[in-house]
Amino acid sequence: MTAIVPETATPRWLGLWPAAMLGLFFLVPFGIMLAVSVAHRDPSGFYEWGFELDSYARFMSGFFAKVMGVSLSVSLAAAAICVAIAFPFTVFLGSMSNRVQTWVLVILLSVLALSEVIIGFALSTLLSQTAGIGNLFHWLGLIDAPKAYTPSLFALITGLCYIGFPFAVLVLYPPVSRLDPEIVEAARVMGASGPRAFFGVIVPNLRGAIVGAFILVFVFTLGSYLLPQLLGRSEDWTLSVHITDQAIYQSNLPFAAAMSIFLMLVALALVGLASLAGRDRGAAA
Amino acid sequence: MTELRIDGLSKRFGDFNALDRVSIEIPNGKFVCLLGPSGCGKTTLLRVIAGLETPSAGRVFVGGEDQTDLATHKRGMGMVFQSLALFPHLNVAENITYPLAIRGVDKPARAKRAEELLDLVRLPGMGARRIHQLSGGQRQRVAIARGLAINPQVFLLDEPLSALDASLREHMQIELRQIQQRLGVTTVVVTHDQKEALTMADLVIVMKDGVIQQAGAPMEVYHNPANAFVAGFIGTTNLMPCSVADGTITVLGQTFPIAEGDRIGVEAGPAQLSVRPDHVLIVGPDQGIPAEVTFLRDLGESRQVMLKAGAQDITANLPQDSGLALSPGDRVGVSFRPGQRVVVQ
Repeated sequence: MTAIVPETATPRWLGLWPAAMLGLFFLVPFGIMLAVSVAHRDPSGFYEWGFELDSYARFMSGFFAKVMGVSLSVSLAAAAICVAIAFPFTVFLGSMSNRVQTWVLVILLSVLALSEVIIGFALSTLLSQTAGIGNLFHWLGLIDAPKAYTPSLFALITGLCYIGFPFAVLVLYPPVSRLDPEIVEAARVMGASGPRAFFGVIVPNLRGAIVGAFILVFVFTLGSYLLPQLLGRSEDWTLSVHITDQAIYQSNLPFAAAMSIFLMLVALALVGLASLAGRDRGAAA
Repeated sequence: MTELRIDGLSKRFGDFNALDRVSIEIPNGKFVCLLGPSGCGKTTLLRVIAGLETPSAGRVFVGGEDQTDLATHKRGMGMVFQSLALFPHLNVAENITYPLAIRGVDKPARAKRAEELLDLVRLPGMGARRIHQLSGGQRQRVAIARGLAINPQVFLLDEPLSALDASLREHMQIELRQIQQRLGVTTVVVTHDQKEALTMADLVIVMKDGVIQQAGAPMEVYHNPANAFVAGFIGTTNLMPCSVADGTITVLGQTFPIAEGDRIGVEAGPAQLSVRPDHVLIVGPDQGIPAEVTFLRDLGESRQVMLKAGAQDITANLPQDSGLALSPGDRVGVSFRPGQRVVVQ
């Protein structure tokens, strides 16, 4: 007789699989990037392994501090605007019939299939002087002459919001559709007006989801390097654009790697702060 | 004085008539149960009173004031929802005093009121707890306290006890009734549990398909059902086709003279006879309606006997000391206690 060993449906070693994948596809490339960031740049094209902090030192300049500032402000603004539009939209969507909800979600998902390049060119045409909405405003008599709205900070943030919006809705949708509609009705019966019930009951109850959507759009737009070049002026170029520039056009991989690591650290710090702010008060108490 | 008056209220959802010309007058301080099967319109009626649904026709008067077109948040009602709808982001005291905070009551006054209400629902000192730390019964009490926070003119409850287990539900029925009597607040409870309605209410309103079938005191509805639906819905009963003619009831081929106390709601012709299981009598096989015993079970103080008379099922409750030794397959006669027979349309 053999001893009976309790058998679970999933063997334990299966847990090693995601760990191995994470190591292979995240930690190893990150390690390589870390090593490259301290390597010595060979002006003739590539780099030599070594240890020097020149690339980091070069980054500590007024110019790159400003670029960093622009990157963070643009992404924070895009994330804030995106969530501010997506949240009421999702709450409204949640009150529609299932049929309508499915259609809207399918359309939003299909927007995700568009590449950043197409979105960028479409918007730059739409906002241009010759073929853009300026002509429509002129025809309506709102402005004296058709004008271009691109390149500009406005155009850039519009583009980033366009990309971020479906993600924000998809992150917000599950918790919004799970929210007990009686909670809102209860607030109404107890004397809360519509806006008061929205801000006093719906928003605080979905704070975690709102912060989650904000972080997702923020991180996502932080890495965008095409739209700033297509829609923004050169002073709106984000750090990601400069990283691309250094890595591809200046062939300065150590400097690009150093900037990437710095960007990642700052992003991580901000995400940490945001998730602290989004923590449920009940869990914190 | 009439506190709540519903006048000719109708509500249509597309082709579906959820409420069809419903009129009720509820006197001040009464405890009313809206009773009926699911889909009968009772919850819709409650939601129209609260202002959460707009009626297709008809008016709602509260304390003499026409509130039909008044926005929900301006009505000043207290309400307990089926899901309780407590706010998970607020603690117990903040939940209870939410309606007061909305009305701009200051903090010390709110804290004092929260203490009073927590004492009322027997949860003293629980104000700082989070909602997820409470048991089902405690959440129920918090929801009741929140509904009563502003001393509402009308207190509405939508199936408030349906999520509780049987013993806790009975306990809360008593407690809810005691709180209502102490405060004297006009209360409307929606329920599908006829026992709950009979034991708690001053006035039971039985509904079906958006139409009020009968409104009356619980025992009146129980003993004098207005129709076969009410007879069958309130308590358990045996409903049998019968016909009425010159002082007699003919049922299942047997004719009985009408006795004093029998409630005959039909002058003559075909009707329905309703007899409670307690009033079904088992007699010798050569008397009454011939029937066969199909099943027996003990219910504690009584013994339930299931019988079949032709195609008609009949249930009888016999006292344990009846001395009858029955077993399935026995042929017996069935009769109905004179004075306890109800004939309805």
